[in-house]
Amino acid sequence: MNNKEPKITPELIVQHGLSPEEYQTIVNILGRRPNYTELGIFSVMWSEHCSYKSSKAILKKLPTTGGCVVQGPGENAGIIDIGDGQVAVFKIESHNHPSFIEPHQGAATGVGGIMRDIFTMGARPIALMDSLRFGELNNPHNRYLFEHVISGIADYGNCMGVPTIGGEVYFDPTYSQNPLVNVFCLGIAKADRIFLGKAQGEGNPVIYAGSKTGRDGIHGATMASEEFDESSAERRPTVQVGDPFTEKRVLEACLELMRTDCLIGIQDMGAAGLTCSTAEMADRGDMGIEIDLSKVPQREKEMIPYEIMLSESQERMLLVAKKGREQEVFDIFNKWDLDCVEIGRVTNDERFKVFNNGKLEADIPVKALTNEAPLYTRVRNKPAYLDKLSDAKLPKEPVDYNKLLLDMLSRSSIASKEWVYRQYDHMVRTNTSLLPGAGASLIRIKGTKKALALSLDGNSRYCYLNPYIGGMLTVAEAARNLVCTGARPLAVTNCLNFGNPEKPEAMWQFEQAVLGMADACKYFGTPVTGGNVSFYNETSGEGIYPTPVIGMVGLLDDIGQTLTPWFKQTGDIIILLGKDSAKLGGSEYLKYLTGDILGILPDFSLEHEKNLHKFCLKSNEDGLLQSAYDLSEGGLGAALAECALINYNAGLGAHIGLDGTRADIALFNEAPGRILVTTRQDNLAGVERIAQEYNLPFKVLGNVISDKLLIDDILELPLSKLNQSWRGAIPALMQRK
Amino acid sequence: MKFGIVVFPGSNCDHDCYHVIRHVLGQEVDFIWHKTDKIGQYDCIILPGGFSYGDYLRPGAIAHFSPVMKQIKAYAEAGGLLLGICNGFQILLETGLLPGAMRDNAQLKFICDYVYISIANNNTPFTKQCSNNQVLRIPIAHMQGNYYADERTLAAMRDNGQIIFQYCDASGNINDDVNPNGSVGNIAGICNKQGNVLGMMPHPERCVEDIWGSADGRFIFDSIIRP
Repeated sequence: MNNKEPKITPELIVQHGLSPEEYQTIVNILGRRPNYTELGIFSVMWSEHCSYKSSKAILKKLPTTGGCVVQGPGENAGIIDIGDGQVAVFKIESHNHPSFIEPHQGAATGVGGIMRDIFTMGARPIALMDSLRFGELNNPHNRYLFEHVISGIADYGNCMGVPTIGGEVYFDPTYSQNPLVNVFCLGIAKADRIFLGKAQGEGNPVIYAGSKTGRDGIHGATMASEEFDESSAERRPTVQVGDPFTEKRVLEACLELMRTDCLIGIQDMGAAGLTCSTAEMADRGDMGIEIDLSKVPQREKEMIPYEIMLSESQERMLLVAKKGREQEVFDIFNKWDLDCVEIGRVTNDERFKVFNNGKLEADIPVKALTNEAPLYTRVRNKPAYLDKLSDAKLPKEPVDYNKLLLDMLSRSSIASKEWVYRQYDHMVRTNTSLLPGAGASLIRIKGTKKALALSLDGNSRYCYLNPYIGGMLTVAEAARNLVCTGARPLAVTNCLNFGNPEKPEAMWQFEQAVLGMADACKYFGTPVTGGNVSFYNETSGEGIYPTPVIGMVGLLDDIGQTLTPWFKQTGDIIILLGKDSAKLGGSEYLKYLTGDILGILPDFSLEHEKNLHKFCLKSNEDGLLQSAYDLSEGGLGAALAECALINYNAGLGAHIGLDGTRADIALFNEAPGRILVTTRQDNLAGVERIAQEYNLPFKVLGNVISDKLLIDDILELPLSKLNQSWRGAIPALMQRK
Repeated sequence: MKFGIVVFPGSNCDHDCYHVIRHVLGQEVDFIWHKTDKIGQYDCIILPGGFSYGDYLRPGAIAHFSPVMKQIKAYAEAGGLLLGICNGFQILLETGLLPGAMRDNAQLKFICDYVYISIANNNTPFTKQCSNNQVLRIPIAHMQGNYYADERTLAAMRDNGQIIFQYCDASGNINDDVNPNGSVGNIAGICNKQGNVLGMMPHPERCVEDIWGSADGRFIFDSIIRP
């Protein structure tokens, strides 16, 4: 044993996040005590982050097959068929913990990691999106986290030349000590050129390519599997540093290599680095693998096997090539000035063997690290706060509606996110068909008439008040956003951000939310192709709201039929589809009035949601709609303003009437299942007929007019003033010192 | 017409230029690898946007040492048409083929947005299909587009008609309010004295197809392609 390696003590085992029972299992598997390197390997492979030990049983409830699914969960990313011999490869992943400790690099390496998951499967990444949650911006530390997470995403994505085309950003005190950074990437590949992370063929070379290995990021996976406390900032050294320039070269080299037929399997080195990539590749191929660490390109001197195996240095790939074709692989990586060396070979004994200078440093059965990792059925208890919820008391009706709407539009969660997406190159690759800030995102597929619609949605307030309904709603909102572009929802990836799974309340929330998502995905026929679970989103014992995030992909057959949210011309009829609710539970309006998330959720129906999909798709196919926009945070009030402001230069507003209901409730209730559409006068009857066909509540609100927003005799505001509140809010907050 | 697009490690608008030239405008086009020390015959060479060498040190500073640049310089000095877009413009400044330098955007943030630019000189091979003072709607996407040249250089450039594009509003008014990055004189693009080398921060290749809401980039490509 290396003299730098500590003795295995009970304290050391605890520090590695392993329970005494887990340690005993390791001893039983090996038939001896593990050495330091082996302990490290087990600790990362059995961490929550890599093993999904708390979530696996529950995740099985999600529908993962059928329809267009080519590759479901278990690989680096999910794959769906989009026709014309093409597939879309996509996935979402969290980088919450590193982003809290070091926001710029934490977020940047999140972007780098998710892109590797996509191109490792043979797809060129063509779109990025982010779902971000922070504490309120009146706190300087939250402004710091927000500013640097955005700059980290921008730096990495922009340099890679992959457009960041949309996403969502929300603010709530629950995320103050635990921001959420969920990164989504989608790529396109040929259906017959998909690559998997599989090691096959005894004797085939195992090749390491990309950046050199350093000591950065050691135990990142274990860190992501623990709660935070005041000392977490001291962990800055466990956050990796990203180098997008290297990743860009790795991307180009990998895609070039994939055009040859040298490659058997490939996987990126993400969480748990060399350990996880070698073990998973061997596992998927039901093979063994042996590697020699002395051959691994190293950035620092005198690294011990433990460090090399656990390093999470970025921009590294693991390849299995055909024997005899090694030189072709080296040549391509060398062309791009990248390290590329053979570090081992595939064996047929299903053992994971690590040598260093000829000395055997680890010898573990492959399956012990993967399939045979411990699984837990955690205790689940309904949290007590849920029984205390009651219908929120109706607030007093406000007097000044002009002020109320301006206040609502300037709330950070509703306000325009232009300050954010102006920092992202959202146009590179020239596919972005809907610029950010318009609900769903849309990218055309070159060489076809098609476009893919993408939506990233979460609603943690609803999930907090009712995780099962909240889970369904999250899926429904993503789907609603897609149909509002005219696209048909196809499939889903999810990022599940929850608290400590060892706490029965957090685990109950997790299970309920997953069940809700599963039911909605089944009902809509949108299977889950993979995703990511992020537990332990707690700081000093305080958990975040349960925050499942859905990334949904849809297909628009003809990009010429794109439906957009903004008003098109004066005189068009404005119609609200769906039913209002007098329940304000979980709404931004209630939070504005009380500062709290409380109350009972409005009614929700999957059947109604699906009818909305059919209505949107049918009336768009028939060319009856001028615009469509989903109602979400801020309800009708925010949606009306946004339809006027997204394309502000057109100078189109609205004149509507609210017929008797209390105006603040009509404007700001957040009943789900509602969309706002406009149609030309002569198409009104046609739209109404389709709405009736699908049994949808249908209400003509008014007309599109020039320059202002007019509601009965209670509100009159010029667009310029609305724009100032909506577009100006975040820049104003960020100028505070 | 035959175009060449130089690919540096980190170039990322190379494919966009290729797509537009080949599939939208129907012209011949090759990629030129940056390690080449011999280049073929081209009617126009493009240094595309992106982050050559990761923008490390300074944008364009390292690309300027790539083997191909010796040939590119000789090509430009012999009068060949050379267009640098965004990072390509930054490389042209670093090589000295164009005067001046780039600084970080005044707001110290990356900016991606549509802007308006006004044609200050239509008497160049890159703008001959435009009229003077014509306004184009075109995207920018950069962190270092804050152009600087000293007063003497600027005066000489003005005298020689080397200032080609200036940021403006939709009606063509040029003022500080519509200067996105702090560039001196709202400069968005310049050419050399001879007029055969053009550098511009906006991306004409991003607005050539009608589906994007602006196809004003066509004016630039048409100027190059049409006799």
